[in-house]
Amino acid sequence: MDRRQTLQWMLAASAAMGVEVSAGATPAVRKGKGYGTDPQLTTTYRSGKLWPLTFTADQARAAQALCGLIIPADEYSPSAAQLKVHLFIDEWISAPYPDQLKDKDVIVAGLGWLDAESRLRFGKRFAELDVTAQSQIADDICWVQKAKPERAAAARFFKRFRDLTAGGFYTTPEGSKDLGFVGNVPSVTFDGPPLKVLQIVGVA
Amino acid sequence: MGFVTTRSLARDYDVIVVGSGAGGGQTAYTLALEGVKVLMLEAGRNYDFRTETPMFQTNADAPLRGAGTPDKPFGFYDATVDGGWQVPGEPYTQASTDPQQRFDWWRSRMLGGRTNHWGRISLRNGPYDFKPHSRDGLGFDWPIGYDDLAPYYDKVEMLVGIYGSNEGLENTPDSPEGCLLPAPAMRVGERLIKKHAATLGVPVVPIHRAVLTKKLDDARIPALLHPGNPRAQGLVAQAMRDRAACFWATPCGRGCSIGATYQSPAVHLPPAVASGNLDVLCDAMVYEVTTASGKASGVRFVDRKTGKHIKAKARAVVLAASACESVRILLNSKPGGLANASGKLGRYIMDTVGSDLSGQVPGLEALPPHNEDGAGGGHAYSPWWLYQQQGRDWHKKLGFPRGYHIEISTGRRMPTSGTGAGLEWLTQGSYGARFKQDVRRLYGSFVHFAGRGEMIPNEQSWCEIDPTVKDRFGIPVLRFHWQWAEHETRQAAHMQKTFADIITAMGGRVQDGGPELDGAKAIAPGGSIIHEVGGAIMGADARNSVTNGWGQTWDVPNLFLSDGAPFASNADKNPTLTIMALAWRQADHIVERMRKKEL
Repeated sequence: MDRRQTLQWMLAASAAMGVEVSAGATPAVRKGKGYGTDPQLTTTYRSGKLWPLTFTADQARAAQALCGLIIPADEYSPSAAQLKVHLFIDEWISAPYPDQLKDKDVIVAGLGWLDAESRLRFGKRFAELDVTAQSQIADDICWVQKAKPERAAAARFFKRFRDLTAGGFYTTPEGSKDLGFVGNVPSVTFDGPPLKVLQIVGVA
Repeated sequence: MGFVTTRSLARDYDVIVVGSGAGGGQTAYTLALEGVKVLMLEAGRNYDFRTETPMFQTNADAPLRGAGTPDKPFGFYDATVDGGWQVPGEPYTQASTDPQQRFDWWRSRMLGGRTNHWGRISLRNGPYDFKPHSRDGLGFDWPIGYDDLAPYYDKVEMLVGIYGSNEGLENTPDSPEGCLLPAPAMRVGERLIKKHAATLGVPVVPIHRAVLTKKLDDARIPALLHPGNPRAQGLVAQAMRDRAACFWATPCGRGCSIGATYQSPAVHLPPAVASGNLDVLCDAMVYEVTTASGKASGVRFVDRKTGKHIKAKARAVVLAASACESVRILLNSKPGGLANASGKLGRYIMDTVGSDLSGQVPGLEALPPHNEDGAGGGHAYSPWWLYQQQGRDWHKKLGFPRGYHIEISTGRRMPTSGTGAGLEWLTQGSYGARFKQDVRRLYGSFVHFAGRGEMIPNEQSWCEIDPTVKDRFGIPVLRFHWQWAEHETRQAAHMQKTFADIITAMGGRVQDGGPELDGAKAIAPGGSIIHEVGGAIMGADARNSVTNGWGQTWDVPNLFLSDGAPFASNADKNPTLTIMALAWRQADHIVERMRKKEL
């Protein structure tokens, strides 16, 4: 295979990547088991395919709303709520692995706290609040170091939820584009950084 | 010949090679191309890098956005099959519950072994690295020197394809003209590190990695590798034509479907199989070397598919199952261990000293988008630079005897499940529109330093057969003992200080919580750098070593070790290139001995 053939072949493969491979290639949903030590690597996985999900309808609504608060839409990209990042968080906390099982307790309890706090302060569930009201709650728990002791657990939940929202969001095509990630494309040469970049950093 | 089943095994072979990674791959390649009939036994399944490698997949396609799990510790797309820190049904045990005395053992069960996922960093040992005891009185000298291995480093570099440059630095050998491929241009973060590290006296130069920055020269190289052997030259030329050059996308740890990186199944096995002299049998878990009249007669293995125990015969046996697995086979071959008259089998297990630190550099924030994928790994590193503060007087100077190199990661990498996470120390807990701006600004502004240093073999780091625990085939498993010495923990503390100094010199901030100046806390657990070597060290004296300078066991003349087990020391240089160079040299020796009817 010469370089040109290789590139053509890989470009075709890359273009086809968005298409989900037939379900036959994917393992069935298995409770209590992960994907094993030899999973199929060249297929596309969606939340709920490998293990059952966790969120109740209320938890899902609260999670989606919080995703939207943490990463709202702007001129560069849609919001994490629009991209349904909460489905990824549900997939994450439902996975049968030790780190994820730990996160499950934190996230489920945290979403419960969020709705309870919303009712207490505003008489409504978190997802029903406007952004101003949601922000009043978030402001109290968004930085672990500054949160009051009685809100320490809620702050740890918020930190973990924000991390998961970010990971879920920036791995999507829209999120990657927002960051200005322009890699993962084949090219014949690697020319190094553009001169302009070198000049900005002072290493031209 | 080619890929065989237990039914189509030949009755007899010249040589059985156990393992298909860097050592086994190189041994089988050299022997088969010289006309020796070889059976390769691989414990794992067959693996086709051309169809199984997830090229271009993004983390959005993966479960958990590609994050590592106990099933796939280095991430979903890591090439490792049926492996990681644990292999299902194949445990190993620890002699102590003390976390400081733990040894982590990474294995895989696939054709090509760990060469499918490795970091591709390919550094030559230098002259000091073969004679460390002569230099500072610690550890052991090898019975061979740099000059013995240099011609084989040349050959391996030309065969597998290594990018890098010659810098003329102390104990960091240059390669002869025509061995190395061009080094890729440094990324902007690597250049900024180079600029500021220089003010601290730390050199930053192109790293050497096994990635084809251009196609191998199939018209020139084969004749240099196999003079006087036109058939081998033709097969190797064809194998070189079948490998494409890097197209600057997809991390190498996934493997490479176009054969642009070194993996044994992409480089060593195709010409060896094409020669008609190599049979490869997968799912064959070797557990014993059989003997007759003081010589090796073959091996016994379990067919993983059927559970049957099968015997294969040969005139010579080469173990390349990974240092500890080869030791395990020998310990299980005979009470007290085969080839263990010295009592040194299983002794002097070594890993690499590892300690890492990250920082964030405002000067790298908010840069114009540009593609920094490059060669799927680092383009720059710092070779050890303080050799003059070592030697006999090390304790009066640095306070630790051996050195380390620095592997550097920077740049605008493909987003992962960790992108945008853990930023509170930089963002004061922002969320909403401000958080989005923060992540956008900070993306690509992180630098990461990984120190990789030399460990000196010691009496407390070794393995033996666990008296009670067996694997799912009924084979007794290894039990590990481990202890870092102050030689290593002080080195780890020095790494932390150096990295923090470089980050500070760049105007950056050291990651929350760092640096860790307590070396015992800064050092990574034993085994975790996956540079497992030793356990059957080579030496000049049969009384205190397991093999001679050829990797041939002192006690059993037709039994050889061609993985990391015979390493008498573990220089900071990553071991894979040296494993391959030793294996080629050993295979040439076996061919010569066979031609003289001495084997």
